[in-house]
Amino acid sequence: MAHPACGWTLCCKAGWRDEAVPARDWLILWEIRLPRMLTGVLVGASLAVGGAVMQGLFRNPLADPGLVGVGAGAGLGAVLAIVLGGQAPAWVAAWLGWNMVPVAAFIGGWLSTMVLYRVSTRAGRTSTATMLLAGIALGALAGAATGILVYIADDRQLRDLTFWGLGSLGGASWPKIAAAGPVMLLALLAAPFLARGLNGLSLGEAAAHHIGLPVQRVKHVAILTVAAATGAAVAVSGGIGFIGIVVPHLLRLATGPDHRYLLVNAALLGATLLLLADLIARSIIAPAELPIGIVTAVIGAPVFLWILLRRRGLVDL
Amino acid sequence: MLTLRSLHASLGRTAVLHGITASAAAGRIVAVIGPNGSGKTTLLRAISGDVAYDGRIALDGDDLARLKPWELAARRGVLPQAATLAFPFTVAEVVRLGLTSGTQADRSDLIGRALAEVDLTGFSGRYYQELSGGQQARVQLARVRAQVWEPVVAGRPRWLFLDEPVAALDIAHQIGVMRVLRRFADAGGGVVIVLHDLNLAAMVADDIWLIHDGLLLDAGSPARVIGGPALAEAYGCPIVANRLPGPQATFVLPHGLWAAAG
Repeated sequence: MAHPACGWTLCCKAGWRDEAVPARDWLILWEIRLPRMLTGVLVGASLAVGGAVMQGLFRNPLADPGLVGVGAGAGLGAVLAIVLGGQAPAWVAAWLGWNMVPVAAFIGGWLSTMVLYRVSTRAGRTSTATMLLAGIALGALAGAATGILVYIADDRQLRDLTFWGLGSLGGASWPKIAAAGPVMLLALLAAPFLARGLNGLSLGEAAAHHIGLPVQRVKHVAILTVAAATGAAVAVSGGIGFIGIVVPHLLRLATGPDHRYLLVNAALLGATLLLLADLIARSIIAPAELPIGIVTAVIGAPVFLWILLRRRGLVDL
Repeated sequence: MLTLRSLHASLGRTAVLHGITASAAAGRIVAVIGPNGSGKTTLLRAISGDVAYDGRIALDGDDLARLKPWELAARRGVLPQAATLAFPFTVAEVVRLGLTSGTQADRSDLIGRALAEVDLTGFSGRYYQELSGGQQARVQLARVRAQVWEPVVAGRPRWLFLDEPVAALDIAHQIGVMRVLRRFADAGGGVVIVLHDLNLAAMVADDIWLIHDGLLLDAGSPARVIGGPALAEAYGCPIVANRLPGPQATFVLPHGLWAAAG
């Protein structure tokens, strides 16, 4: 265990190695704790913002990348990269290197978002029922494909897959942050520019056009943002549920549905909640560690039910 | 001036408009009437820039197809038939969605004035979803009015395109909304409004377009169109037109019930 004072010393020295700090503590803080914390911040913010953007795009507070199959699509992409990445042509491996898993997860998330949007939108109107059903179908399809890949995976790959599928920040490292961090950052930076567009879309696509929004462009940027945020987050941390749906909900109750505030606040609250969940996940049964997806589900699901019970009137459309 | 030249439009594979040529002048209220499925709404959606069309639509000399969404939004507001809202916004937030420019202070002032105009003063903090259908319709109208608040900007008229704005309203608020449109038109703005209620159309409109099977069957003053023979032909039902003695307004009654009973 690192000495508590070491964190403070490190912060003051801003990465410069102080001889007074034991090498082992330095290593723990710099190589394990700091990347894990940064990953938690980025993943939490990305999941919450991805959920908020998705809900705005679909004009439905129940849309969530995890619920509607986008997470499964991103997951399938990542599993493909883990299991079949070794078979990839040398130039692909050389070109992508560490980026292969996040890039594959991003493509998987993007593809399933596109398919979902196309299937559930007709003549400019997105059908909620179709979206949820199509999401279930997509999720099942991605699950089946993932199952096949698990079947042909070797032992080492299986360990990676299991670890990854449960959701954890335990695998955080600087190379992973270098690979997935920029994708998540890009999505987080793009999100505030969607605020006006998503506000307008809440009136419906026709009315959004009437008030002067370039509707198709807004939708495309929103889809890319969701795919980038979810894809990269799923790639580095696996399946972490409920952040994307609970955080925007809590914020709509607290500060209203205006996306100009919602998107920024979602990033902050998502990061905070995921850090807290990680703290619980790695300390509650120490020295062992709970998968963080279990923690967010155990806390998130009851909170979500409580929200539904309290504010049923405002959830109904 | 809004001009349509041989306007054709389709919904999916069904041709709905079969070549409509007409023009509407700013400063006047044009009511579009016609039976169900005649193409009124499609016509309104075409001039709002919502559906693809063949032919030419020009708004004060500019080809509609060449105007960007934000340029259009500065020149015309549109109230669709069924307006929906996805999230629990307050009434003031819904009206604010229509605003595209101006400082924050101007905006809250404008929101208040737009709400007062539709008799919703004091509703700004209420949740939209918790209002009645008629109140929601008035909120949507306030949003559209706020978008093009001044009827004339830099010498150029602005336009209101409205699809059945009063269908859900009680009679007092129907008249209130019509007064709003009258003032807008009298101040130089253009108004094109789809109406089902022929008597309301006769009362409020300066010009009437009668649409039937995607064609402009008749156009002109209410006395001419509502009193003319084309009306019964379009609706496929005998209609008696008469004039009120006092204000000389035209009013109509369907004739079928009495004919059958007699």
